[in-house]
Amino acid sequence: MTEQLESQPSSGAQIVLDHVSKVYPGAKQPAVDDTSLDIPAGEIVIFVGPSGCGKTTMMRMINRLSEPTSGRILIGDKDALSIKPTELRRSIGYAIQQAGLFPHMTIRQNVGLVPGLLRWDRKKIADRVDELLDLVGLDPGQYADRYPRQLSGGQQQRVGVARALAADPPVLLMDEPFGAVDPITRSTLQDELLRLQSDLRKTIVFVTHDFGEAVKLGDRIAVLGQQSKVLQYDTPQAILANPADDTVAGFVGSGASLRQLSLVRVKDVDLRPHPAVHRTDSLESVRNVLAGSEYDWVVVVDDRDRPVNWVRESRLRHSQTLADALEPLDVVSTQSTLEDALEAILAEQHASAVVSGPGSKYAGVVTLDTLIDTITRLRSEAEAPDGDES
Amino acid sequence: MTTAVDSTAPKTTGAERLRLLIQPALVLVVGAAVIFWAFDRDLTATQQENINVGNVSALIWQHLLITFAVTAIVLAVGIPLGILVTRPGARVLRPFIVGIANIGQAAPAIGLLVLLFLWTAKTGFWIGVLPIALYSLLPVLASTILGLDQVDRSLMDAGRGQGMARSALLFRVELPLAIPYILAGLRTSLVIAVGTATLSFLVNAGGLGILIDTGYKLQDNVTLILGSVLAVCLALLVDWFGGLAEFFFNPKGLR
Repeated sequence: MTEQLESQPSSGAQIVLDHVSKVYPGAKQPAVDDTSLDIPAGEIVIFVGPSGCGKTTMMRMINRLSEPTSGRILIGDKDALSIKPTELRRSIGYAIQQAGLFPHMTIRQNVGLVPGLLRWDRKKIADRVDELLDLVGLDPGQYADRYPRQLSGGQQQRVGVARALAADPPVLLMDEPFGAVDPITRSTLQDELLRLQSDLRKTIVFVTHDFGEAVKLGDRIAVLGQQSKVLQYDTPQAILANPADDTVAGFVGSGASLRQLSLVRVKDVDLRPHPAVHRTDSLESVRNVLAGSEYDWVVVVDDRDRPVNWVRESRLRHSQTLADALEPLDVVSTQSTLEDALEAILAEQHASAVVSGPGSKYAGVVTLDTLIDTITRLRSEAEAPDGDES
Repeated sequence: MTTAVDSTAPKTTGAERLRLLIQPALVLVVGAAVIFWAFDRDLTATQQENINVGNVSALIWQHLLITFAVTAIVLAVGIPLGILVTRPGARVLRPFIVGIANIGQAAPAIGLLVLLFLWTAKTGFWIGVLPIALYSLLPVLASTILGLDQVDRSLMDAGRGQGMARSALLFRVELPLAIPYILAGLRTSLVIAVGTATLSFLVNAGGLGILIDTGYKLQDNVTLILGSVLAVCLALLVDWFGGLAEFFFNPKGLR
């Protein structure tokens, strides 16, 4: 039965939870109460919710580490409950907090575990391990024969992801996999997961209690309440812009607007034009540009139209040449998020984020007004009945 | 990191390594000295019956055989029992089995020997070996249970989540991670066994206890001292082998 799941390598499979419940023996209330969820193929779906809401139980029912008391679970077109649990699990990648690597096995043995259970031949396993370690950014020559305790927490977590991907499963379950590493490493690991996913297009079910992580990683977020009741199941943008109820709003938190900014890229908003001068222009012409505009500063570009400096009117008065008045400039690219742009706006004395477009050429600026307009637009789109998801 | 085994796990330290070097040298020096001292003097005819190369080496060999048989039994019984009572379905047996092992160790070894002799009305090798095996069972059983219990639940979860069957989980994850504990228990059992084997002469199972007993009864200090010192040397030697086993068989990633 796993054959069929394996025969579609690299692409995800749809997962359907159909009126699933879980009652632990002796418990009065179900941990998961009649929950239904449709997880589209090839997407990252985040289960997010407070501790004890049953989100981990719900995820663990997909690979039957927790047997549902009632309901159906479909993976692809297969009924998960009709597949032998060990076989089912070998066809589903599983990564957990603190990696859960076996300390007495080398990195190679850890990553090659599931292919070994599936009885791949040695050569194929060795090649696969090398490939996967490369994929998660660990040099096989350097790391394959080390033991887990010889690796940092972040490296162990990478190995954990490699191990989950080992048999090229269509579905990956990740239970707070980055919960135990420092914030900088976590951010790097999140970026790398997104990079991997853009190539692999697995169906990933990812459990976290960190809404920021959910927004960053999720194609969709399922906000779960007590007993895994689905409070809202939508794209991060839609949840941020229009939380379904007060509970979701409370969970999304006060930083919702800021988080929305992190979901929009500079290329998706209208840049404002701002006067620019060439680095070799004369003082006179720069003064004329300033006089002809409503601004008290201009962008200075180099020979190839790349924004490199800025100059303010007050400083020009005391300068003999343009070069004397130049001040350094931090630019954002069109690929940056509006959150980056806000950071630049707050950091720069001219209160704008100067944007470089294709070829690093000067493209315009983002100002606070741009950001406010964007948030207003996102909100009205989310509230409008036919509002789309962008 | 909980991915590594609990920091209280037995580990081979620097001092332990030094001990592994010094201990066999000490055994050799002391053993050679006492043999030289005993053989290099004018022995009476009675003494010569006991103190001759053939008899002493036969007794040492018997003593080692008893120790070896006890160890084999303790491993063959203690480890499977330890595994059994840590399985979810058989946990109810645990107080019962650990209780028996506790009684075995709490009861005096000499009492166990005599009781088995009285019960079976037999003497010989196995009548000496079996009570000593019961007496030395507890360390291996207890350390097997401890070793299996201390395996991080999240590792078991990771193993199950990847599709390992229960047996694969036991043999590839739980037991390897329990090995340091089991070996530490084995070393204790070995030392208890080799020490208690000096009593096995009571049921005619041989061993160095014969020299000690004869020396005591005949008030012959040479025989008494030779037997005692050789028994001590043998205990230290067996302990050394236990240490070597820990050094070589503990999983590399745990060191």
